Amino acid sequence: MAQKKALLLDVSMCIGCNSCQVGCKTENKLDPKEEKYLSLTAFTALDEFNGKFVRRLCQHCQVPTCVSVCPVGALTKTDAGPVTYDAEKCIGCRYCLQACPFRVPRYEWHSTRPRIQKCNFCVARQSRGLQTACAEACPTGATKFGDRDALILEAHSRIQGGGGKYVNRIYGQEDVGGTSMLYISPVPFEQLGFDTRLGDEPMPLLTHRAMEKIPNVVTVGAVLLAGIWWITKRRTEVEQHESTTSRKQDTK
Amino acid sequence: MTAFTFPRLTVWRVIAALLIAAGGISAIIRFTLGLGATTNLTDQFPWGLWIGFDFLGIGLAAAGFTIVAAVHLFHATDYEPIVRPAILTAFIGYLLVMLVLVIDLGRPDHFWHPLVMWNPHSVMFEITWCVILYTTVLSMEFAPIVLEKFHLHAPIRWIHTCSLPFMIVGVLLSTLHQSSFGSLYLIVPNRLHPLWYSPLLPVLFFISCIASGMSMVILETMILSRNGRTILRPELRANLAKIIAVALAVYLVVRFQDMAGRGVLHELGSLTYHSMAFYGEILIGFVIPLVLLMFPRVRNSRRGLYPVTIMVLTGFAANRMNTAITGMESWPSHTYFPSLMEVLITLGIAAVGFSAFSLIAGYLPIFEPVPEATDRTPDEPWSRELT
Repeated sequence: MAQKKALLLDVSMCIGCNSCQVGCKTENKLDPKEEKYLSLTAFTALDEFNGKFVRRLCQHCQVPTCVSVCPVGALTKTDAGPVTYDAEKCIGCRYCLQACPFRVPRYEWHSTRPRIQKCNFCVARQSRGLQTACAEACPTGATKFGDRDALILEAHSRIQGGGGKYVNRIYGQEDVGGTSMLYISPVPFEQLGFDTRLGDEPMPLLTHRAMEKIPNVVTVGAVLLAGIWWITKRRTEVEQHESTTSRKQDTK
Repeated sequence: MTAFTFPRLTVWRVIAALLIAAGGISAIIRFTLGLGATTNLTDQFPWGLWIGFDFLGIGLAAAGFTIVAAVHLFHATDYEPIVRPAILTAFIGYLLVMLVLVIDLGRPDHFWHPLVMWNPHSVMFEITWCVILYTTVLSMEFAPIVLEKFHLHAPIRWIHTCSLPFMIVGVLLSTLHQSSFGSLYLIVPNRLHPLWYSPLLPVLFFISCIASGMSMVILETMILSRNGRTILRPELRANLAKIIAVALAVYLVVRFQDMAGRGVLHELGSLTYHSMAFYGEILIGFVIPLVLLMFPRVRNSRRGLYPVTIMVLTGFAANRMNTAITGMESWPSHTYFPSLMEVLITLGIAAVGFSAFSLIAGYLPIFEPVPEATDRTPDEPWSRELT
């Protein structure tokens, strides 16, 4: 299996120039206007908190919630990391929008043949051995593309070598089972609009724990119901027999 | 069976016709303009009234599997007269829910995809399969009623020979997807308000659907038992009411125990948007009906059972809507209220359901089973004699 790719997003290095969005829009041939929020035409956007900038984009989770909830498998987690989408399969149930812990997917509500839109981690560029368009466009190195394991080591060394400049946490290393977007920040993540209470457990496990009981419910249930049917049937037959024999005795 | 005559114009029929027309027009607009122009759904609130309606329709249709299980699997043959109304209710309920799902889907033309493109990890996938399979089972259970009307007894006998596995599969499928509607929300602990989110959502959904299904049956038989016709003897109706009471009591114990275990009871200490919705649902739908059902006078009288069953159904509806909508809102920043079109389509489909029930009940032998229909329970005639 290929080494998983990731982006290291260093909040302290981001100057808010929006080059990542520009690069992304050029690569994906989207409307070039500057956008503050994720939309159908902005797969990455910058959130500002007191002069600190945070990139919002699909986190390409290691165990993606959207992939697990999609009834038709229109969303797929590829070995290299990207979570990709196949509009030909999609039925438009919007469970992915409902379930994504980062509220990333955007839906073409205006369309009669709607699709979802989100960052695809430049899967086409990656297959050609290139880094993502946003990482290439970043002038400061705030977005860095690389192998996930190597970037985690680098993030740790930046935190250790920063002399207290960073909060000692890599957001995305373990959150919801780990993501491909690894954030390090000089201020606590709660102050940057991150949901820090999602926990380290992949969200699909919550569903899995209920669904794994289904085979038992079916087998035990089937035997139980058939058994009750059999016993109650026998009971009524016995009652019937007794009532007819007692009736015969009455008539004698 | 009465001969066909042109239906009399009544207030209810006019209202139903208007609602169906308005819903039909709204549905055409929805398919022409898309979901964005016709609903208040957004990226932040992608599921709304229609999903709530699906929960509701499926929950009310729970009568189908509970009564079939009671009569044909547990041999409680006294309840035979309500099997057919229960199956009809369930059948209509499921067909309507499938209709709403197709309207709700962004790509209705892809509705068949889950049949060939599988993701067994998805609750939605499981529900889709269960609903389709159970609707098939319901059509098998419903078919004899239609066949009987046209005196086609050979296929009826054929269906009856394989009816036992069908009924068992039907009960299992119902158990699975009634609970799975709750499982849909297991994956959003970060979004669903703690008063509704629980790892036990599937269990709670299952228990409450039994109360709502029974209430629906009781209400139906009472409404249809007017004009001197009695479908279900009052003492049997009272027994069903006891089952409701048990289901409500178990539900309350499980729910409050779970809430205490998760430490969210403090949410009830103050009157907020969410706690008021919770109080409304739990008092109207669960606590008050449970208290009322403790009195034999209530269980044994129509005047008692009407308000109780209506309260249970209202509370049930509130619970499902609160799970699907209120609990997903964060007042006042992030809220949802359905658009006029969403409401009209929902009401139109509900009107289709009521009209279909009364039409079919008038045309097919729903309430007067002829002897052929009961030959799968040969013990029945004498068991009626005994009671």
